[in-house]
Amino acid sequence: MAKKGWDEFEIGAMLRTFDGKIDDIAGTQQEDRAYSENSSYTASVADWRLIKPIFNKDYCIDCQFCWIYCPDVSIIARDKKLIGVDMDHCKGCGICVEVCPTNPKSLLMFPEQADEETEIASWPKKDEEEA
Amino acid sequence: MAFDKMELKDIEVWDGNFAAAQAMRQCQIDVVAAYPITPSTPIVEGYAKFLADGYVEGEFVMVESEHAAMSGCIGAAAAGGRVATATSSQGFALMVETLYQASGMRLPIVLNVVNRALAAPLNVNGDHSDMYLGRDSGWIQFDAYCPQDAYDLNFIAFKVSEDHDVRLPCMVHQDGFITSHTAQGVHTLSDDVAYSFVGDFKPMNDMLDFEHPVTHGVQTEEDWHFEHKARQHNDLMTKVMPKIQTAFDDFEKLSGRKYNIVETYDMDDADVCVVCMGTSVETAREVATEMRKEGIKAGVVGIRVIRPFPFFEIAKALKNVKAIAALDRSSPNGTAGMLFNEIAGSLYNTEKRALLSGYVYGLGGRDLTKAHLVALFKELQANVDAGKVTTQLQQFIGVRGPKLAYL
Repeated sequence: MAKKGWDEFEIGAMLRTFDGKIDDIAGTQQEDRAYSENSSYTASVADWRLIKPIFNKDYCIDCQFCWIYCPDVSIIARDKKLIGVDMDHCKGCGICVEVCPTNPKSLLMFPEQADEETEIASWPKKDEEEA
Repeated sequence: MAFDKMELKDIEVWDGNFAAAQAMRQCQIDVVAAYPITPSTPIVEGYAKFLADGYVEGEFVMVESEHAAMSGCIGAAAAGGRVATATSSQGFALMVETLYQASGMRLPIVLNVVNRALAAPLNVNGDHSDMYLGRDSGWIQFDAYCPQDAYDLNFIAFKVSEDHDVRLPCMVHQDGFITSHTAQGVHTLSDDVAYSFVGDFKPMNDMLDFEHPVTHGVQTEEDWHFEHKARQHNDLMTKVMPKIQTAFDDFEKLSGRKYNIVETYDMDDADVCVVCMGTSVETAREVATEMRKEGIKAGVVGIRVIRPFPFFEIAKALKNVKAIAALDRSSPNGTAGMLFNEIAGSLYNTEKRALLSGYVYGLGGRDLTKAHLVALFKELQANVDAGKVTTQLQQFIGVRGPKLAYL
């Protein structure tokens, strides 16, 4: 962000989320919204994360539990189907994994450097005892 | 309109608290969040009654502390409404953290401060300790000397505070009990005339503007904080005084009552003068007039606007005087008094620097008597005759025990 002088910004400890006027924000997908440079949407905080969730769509039943429980709105759902995790904003808290009801879980936590394809290839099998 | 108007006589017998409550009613405030404390309780009590009786269309929020009261006011002001409250002393002290939030967030809030001493020892009576505590908080501060001033300055406070070029919160000070609980004749404005002076609230960057969402109260670190504080100080230093002067001028046209940033009394040819605030100004004026009969050309300067401090206006008011007494009604606790320091600062680079001495008086509601002021004016005249300050620079007035003098 360009460093402005004291006389170059609006008064008050205040930031605007969007550039200009907004309209029908609830009906507009995040990627189509005119977020300002001050919105946290445009800032990556991926480096706050130590472990990360990996999503395996083979087991997902699209129950949306993870979407509801994620405290950082980082579960990306389209047409009520989970399509991925917003890795710029996910803090790696693991709540999505905790609430996932499938067996095996459709989301699991891995070290930040883990390879997604490798981990999905060796995904745990169904836990028969739990079932 | 959904609320009733009140018929007022041209002159009503009101104390300072009720005068402030009536002014708040006439301004039709959207939200008052309050936690009552002596001696300011009747302001919010009176306002709550006006609301309950249908004279106000707004919200009265009962909260659990003064910190919450000002926090509620900040939230309501950020949402986009006309907001006010009142407090004193310990309550004011608890508000301090949020006072800086309000001014830094550039929210127009009017806070009636009924001045009272700060514990310990616990004391409910009037001095200026709480007023002084707020002086670096980034608020505009007006000082009322009597119930009439308390009434009038509330309208002026809303007018200045809510101006889009200002957008800074504003305190209206009055002396605990001596102003707040002493009934005097107060010249009123009709509801319509009073409201038309302050006008409809004009929102700015309000959170209830859903087409332009804003986040209020953001965090900044070393990369932005200084610029924000600089902007606030700049606006206090350059934008506020002209707006106050315009509001004073407009109010005089409306009411015939003239307020000045610095109130001078018999200063045209004065040799000696006292500079003070609150009810002491009126006592000092009376004594100054009496001193002239004894051949001492005495004058009085009252501070009407404490923040922003009238640096040049004070220097102008004091430019021909020979000896000045700065009266501080708050213990400086380890230095010269605030008024002494401020006045010294404004005079230091002027050509003719009068003899300046400081006095601490009236702590915890101790009376400043006419006899005290007679002795003080005579002391100033002695300084003039000797061509130097004949006493120590800081003296205590009216305290029992051996004479206290420092510096």
